Amino acid sequence: MDFQLTDDQKALRDGTRELLAGRFGRERLRAAVDDPTLDRALWRELGAAGFFALRLPEADGGVGLGLPEAVLVFEEAGRALLPGPLVACQLLAGVVDGVAAGEKIVGLCEAGADPVLWEHPADCQELILLEGAEGAEGGAVRPPEGAEKGRADQAYGSTAALISCAPFASVDPLTPLARVLDAPRTAPLSLDVPRLRREAALLTAAQQLGGAARTLEMAVAYAREREQFGAPIGSFQAIKHLCAQMLVRTEIARSAVYAAAVTDCVHEVTGAKMLADHAAVRNARDCLQVHGGMGFTWEADVHLHLKRAWLRAERWGTAREAAELLAAGLVA
Amino acid sequence: MDLTYTEEEEDFRARLRRWLDEVLPKLPAKPAATDWPGRRAYDAAWQRMLYDAGYAGLHWPRDAGGQGATPTQHLIFLEETERAGAPYVGASFVGLLHAGPTIVAEGTPGQRARWLPPILRGDEIWCQGFSEPDAGSDLAALRTRAVRDGDAYVVSGSKIWTSHAEVADWCELLVRTDPGAPRHRGITWLAMPMDAPGVTVRPLRTLAGSTEFAEVFLDEVRVPVGNRVGAENDGWRVTMVTLSFERGTAFVGEVVACRRVLGELARTARANGRWDDAELRRRLGRLSAEFTALWRLTQWNVSEAQRSGGLPGIGGSVFKLRYSHARQELYDTAAEVLGAGALDADHTWVADRLAALSYTIAAGTSQIQQNIVAERILGLPKGR
Repeated sequence: MDFQLTDDQKALRDGTRELLAGRFGRERLRAAVDDPTLDRALWRELGAAGFFALRLPEADGGVGLGLPEAVLVFEEAGRALLPGPLVACQLLAGVVDGVAAGEKIVGLCEAGADPVLWEHPADCQELILLEGAEGAEGGAVRPPEGAEKGRADQAYGSTAALISCAPFASVDPLTPLARVLDAPRTAPLSLDVPRLRREAALLTAAQQLGGAARTLEMAVAYAREREQFGAPIGSFQAIKHLCAQMLVRTEIARSAVYAAAVTDCVHEVTGAKMLADHAAVRNARDCLQVHGGMGFTWEADVHLHLKRAWLRAERWGTAREAAELLAAGLVA
Repeated sequence: MDLTYTEEEEDFRARLRRWLDEVLPKLPAKPAATDWPGRRAYDAAWQRMLYDAGYAGLHWPRDAGGQGATPTQHLIFLEETERAGAPYVGASFVGLLHAGPTIVAEGTPGQRARWLPPILRGDEIWCQGFSEPDAGSDLAALRTRAVRDGDAYVVSGSKIWTSHAEVADWCELLVRTDPGAPRHRGITWLAMPMDAPGVTVRPLRTLAGSTEFAEVFLDEVRVPVGNRVGAENDGWRVTMVTLSFERGTAFVGEVVACRRVLGELARTARANGRWDDAELRRRLGRLSAEFTALWRLTQWNVSEAQRSGGLPGIGGSVFKLRYSHARQELYDTAAEVLGAGALDADHTWVADRLAALSYTIAAGTSQIQQNIVAERILGLPKGR
């Protein structure tokens, strides 16, 4: 057993951080807040860097790495608040032509959700809908004609132009959303749907972990610099304890997310997503609190982390669903 | 990142399992919680069995009489002994996990030869004399005085929260040898025989009703200068070696046990109907994620220690903060499952619920741990 990053994994993490710092720094982040249309040049660069083809076999032009490496890359994306349907494009890189290279952008939605929310609808050329999740019978997007309840997991693809949807005012200024009303369905795609769901949850959790680590850094940096009562506020125990708990949440989530990437077990992924969601949301809240009045402004980046954390927490398994699944696992 | 155990590690596990299957049925009956001489004898007998089988001082270096096992093998040992229901380290705790490692790291060859073998064999029991009535979280405020008189230190003062003091042969004692020096630089580490004239032990009853701890009063106790480990006034540094051992692996078995208890809680709730309470059910689900993550964090910390070649890192503080809280929540949830049954002091979950209350206090309160994390890991400025 050696549950630590290998040298190659550290290099991948550091390289990704460097790439994102250079190509998506604070200026670009704030520009994206004003205009969230995805930067296609950046997207192609991510494709060229292997961001989407990371797990495709080398024989198919991929990088041939595994889930743990994908998790490290997505953690960095979460730190940088990199926008876009990253999870969808990573998972469907070998399914939809052009996605691996960053030429094409594809979305991924759970049809059984209510409402069915589609990220970056204007940027996507295609949308894949997953059906048949447990307890999803009351979903917003109707099943195909003649389909029975309790049907098997299926995935349907459709070009973006054929999707019927309604506008939806996204709380996250970096993630435009549309509400999917209906989608045409032809023959189902041959995809391992439970695996897609599991990996989507894991990669979302990895982004949440990155966000949690980043808001901790922001809080600590501000606490060291901001002075009140003649001392840095970080010298006060009330602030120290907030920051210490942020670290504890981050590290617990890190252990859970990394282990889930190694075992690829549905219970570990579910628990990891729950802990990473909690760390991301709670850390963003505490980061806001440490920033005081500044944290409440549009200009500070804290709200961008909080809103993204809220959004991700609603995707691919909520805390409530996770708690039920894990409880059932205790008596199985 | 690799969570699979090597062939060598799996061999170690298989051998250990076979041995546990063979010896555990031969253990004598467990003594009553209040029977201290009986508990000492039981814990010492278990230590002797470990010694005879080559498992004593697993994580100690070979030249100190240990087995030189890797941190991962130590993890496997703690995991398997808990799973098999083997006895806890019990009265051997301070010797094996505090005093022993300190002597290993800082003792002279003569001191190692005198004190280490009896610890490994279970022949001698150690207790810890660190905390004082006025020196708890602020350990460096300790005032127990030691004055040099010829070839001995004459020690006077009082210690508190001393586990196993009633049955211990030795006490690892922190004393103040230079009252004029800055607080951390006037402290010395001594090995004090508990049968020396002037030592009085008074059991301290905890809120759980047990007498796990004692107060130790010292009235001009003569401790030979040869019993000093490390230099005079260097005891603070010597002690920090010990404390980092405590935070490394002390809770491995307990995390395994907590995961088992969680399953028992769920099955009990199913049987008594409380499972239908969605709030309780989801709380159990959340705890399941929590303890799985704590187990993974343990593996993470052990792997880190293995790479750094020994001492556990500061990750132990992060672990302790979360684990102590999670353990309390586990037993609060047990009380919800039990309903009015949680008022039955004889129920094992109720006893464990009471004992869990000490976890956010013992070995550094959560508040002090948060200061340590904030200052030493996050680099926030010292202050108040």
